[in-house]
Amino acid sequence: MNGNTFLRTFSVARKELLHILRDPQTLFFTLFVPVMELFMLGYAIDTNVRNIRTVVVDYSGTQESRQLIDQFRNSGDFRIVANAYSDQVASRMIVAGKARIGIVIPENYTRRLEAGQTARILVLVDGTESSIAGEAVNVSNAITLRESLVRILGNKPLPVESQPRVLFNPDTRSANFFIPGLMVVMCQMMSTMLSANAIVREKELGTLEQLYMTPIRRGELILGKLSPYIVLTMLEFCFIAFLMWLVFQVPIHGSFLTLLMVSFPFFLTNLGLGLWISTKAATREASGQMAMGTFLPSIFLSGYVFPIDSMPALLQPVSQCFHTTWMIDASRSVILRGGGWPELWPHATVLWGMALAALVFGSLQVQKRV
Amino acid sequence: MSSANEPVIDIRDLTIRFGSFTAVDRVSLQVERGEVFGLLGPNGSGKTTLIRALCGLLPLAGGGATVLGHDVARDAERIRQSIGYMSQKFSLYADLSVQENMDFYSGIYGLRNSEAKQRQAELVELTGLEPYLGRWAGKLSGGWKQRLALVCALLHRPELVFLDEPTAGVDPVARRELWDLLFQLAGQGITLLVTTHYMDEAERCGRVGYLHLGTLLALDTPSALKRLPEVHPPGFRRLEIVTPDTAELLVRLKHRPTVQEATIFGQSIHALVRDDDTLADIAGPDVIIRPAAANLEDVFVTIARNRQRELAQAG
Repeated sequence: MNGNTFLRTFSVARKELLHILRDPQTLFFTLFVPVMELFMLGYAIDTNVRNIRTVVVDYSGTQESRQLIDQFRNSGDFRIVANAYSDQVASRMIVAGKARIGIVIPENYTRRLEAGQTARILVLVDGTESSIAGEAVNVSNAITLRESLVRILGNKPLPVESQPRVLFNPDTRSANFFIPGLMVVMCQMMSTMLSANAIVREKELGTLEQLYMTPIRRGELILGKLSPYIVLTMLEFCFIAFLMWLVFQVPIHGSFLTLLMVSFPFFLTNLGLGLWISTKAATREASGQMAMGTFLPSIFLSGYVFPIDSMPALLQPVSQCFHTTWMIDASRSVILRGGGWPELWPHATVLWGMALAALVFGSLQVQKRV
Repeated sequence: MSSANEPVIDIRDLTIRFGSFTAVDRVSLQVERGEVFGLLGPNGSGKTTLIRALCGLLPLAGGGATVLGHDVARDAERIRQSIGYMSQKFSLYADLSVQENMDFYSGIYGLRNSEAKQRQAELVELTGLEPYLGRWAGKLSGGWKQRLALVCALLHRPELVFLDEPTAGVDPVARRELWDLLFQLAGQGITLLVTTHYMDEAERCGRVGYLHLGTLLALDTPSALKRLPEVHPPGFRRLEIVTPDTAELLVRLKHRPTVQEATIFGQSIHALVRDDDTLADIAGPDVIIRPAAANLEDVFVTIARNRQRELAQAG
């Protein structure tokens, strides 16, 4: 009987592999769409604010005011695209989207400085993009503060200075932050969709009905159908990691094998979810939509894009319920922080628990049949 | 294992419900070893449900059944190991070749390599699939698809094969060839339970059961069914009327109080006419009226109408 179990499971897996190979379109989309997204996001996403388009109105036109403008230019955050003659012109440029920041230096700037009075400059900020606005406000405050200190202290050294040292990602490159998460999210989508489709397809074609008339057991059918997909997904995971290392030069500080071992229960969870979807959906369209439904909350709540620390306190425990959250954290830990088993065992434990729950639940749903 | 004289299928008062709908209502029937048993009835009469129940796929609401000596409620897995199933819909993998489909089902039935090769060769020889082994199953014509489905259902040498409308949508030549194959299988002692809508196929079966709204209304050999008393009500006779204008005559006959039934068969009409009506006004130079024996369709139409009348009277 055990020999038969193996033979039946193997037959299903071999057949599933043939389906995959015979459908190059699906294969292409599942393998290359994540790679395309990797390149698109890897090159396009930069959450660091640089080169903000800035318009300057210098009513003062003195050496001091030009010095201040140079401070802004040299910070790297601002790129001065125009000099305007009045604040109305500057405002219009901001409304038109030609500039996001306007710096207005009043005519009395140098006079007030020399008289020991506070010289005020006006910084107009386009608030439509909150990250740019926030950054612009911070940097312009820092620049004027520094200018003030230099004027007060003269040549004396600064009493206090902070020396930030950014660990794990010294250049604060966005790619390093995003790609370890992207890998997880892409492979999650792929494995959930593929496994859901694999069973729904047989339901649609009527071949599942025929299989029910044979001695194959549910467990054998499920294991046989899912095993090619787990291999495929893990290969894809490795492939994206390889591209990340080669093309985007994100160094992998920890052991990739450890990460793979942690990712195994993560993928099992996805397959279990796919299995559950396949019992609910009658067509491949429906299963695709349901897969997207499970996929969107896990993107937004997993810390993939938006840091969990800045979520409302109520949502933070919710985010812990997503397997994606744990996997992304594990991925960043291994790749960026060089994490190993001492840091990852909670992740592995939680993910195995989720995997078992998803698989048992999914299999029970299949048992109840359609 | 079932012994030689015990029925291969033994159904006793079997009832199956889906919610409040009774799909199979207290059906009892036995099928003997080597029999070709035909199950007929309109769409939705419960034929497929009955087969699925015999494969142990449905919970029973009442009664019981054994297949090959195994109880369907308890031993479904043993049953599925020794039966073959071939459905109305082509249910093999279109993107796999004929050979790959056979290999897949060989594995599913637990056949080891040499055993599988030997059995596949036998069945390929029997069905003549040899030239198509490398072809994708989806590219086969209807008749060959059905042969492949039959091969896949026979790989594990089942003692009993369920064929659920195996010839639906298959051309007449392929249909006849498939039936020749089925008789060869029956000759080897394999029991066949076939559902069909074709009367010529029903005629070929050893015995026929007629299901109507989940109830088994008739169960006998085709020739015995044609002699059923309700098919030959006293005071009526069956006539075949050959006429160039069947459609017009049918309307006239249906309005005639002395005609109980009238159905077109090609160029003629079969009618059940009261003995005292000689149809004198219909007779003419190009109209031939002659006595006719009841065919199976007459039998089933009569039985179904009587049943509907009974149900209507019962309220």
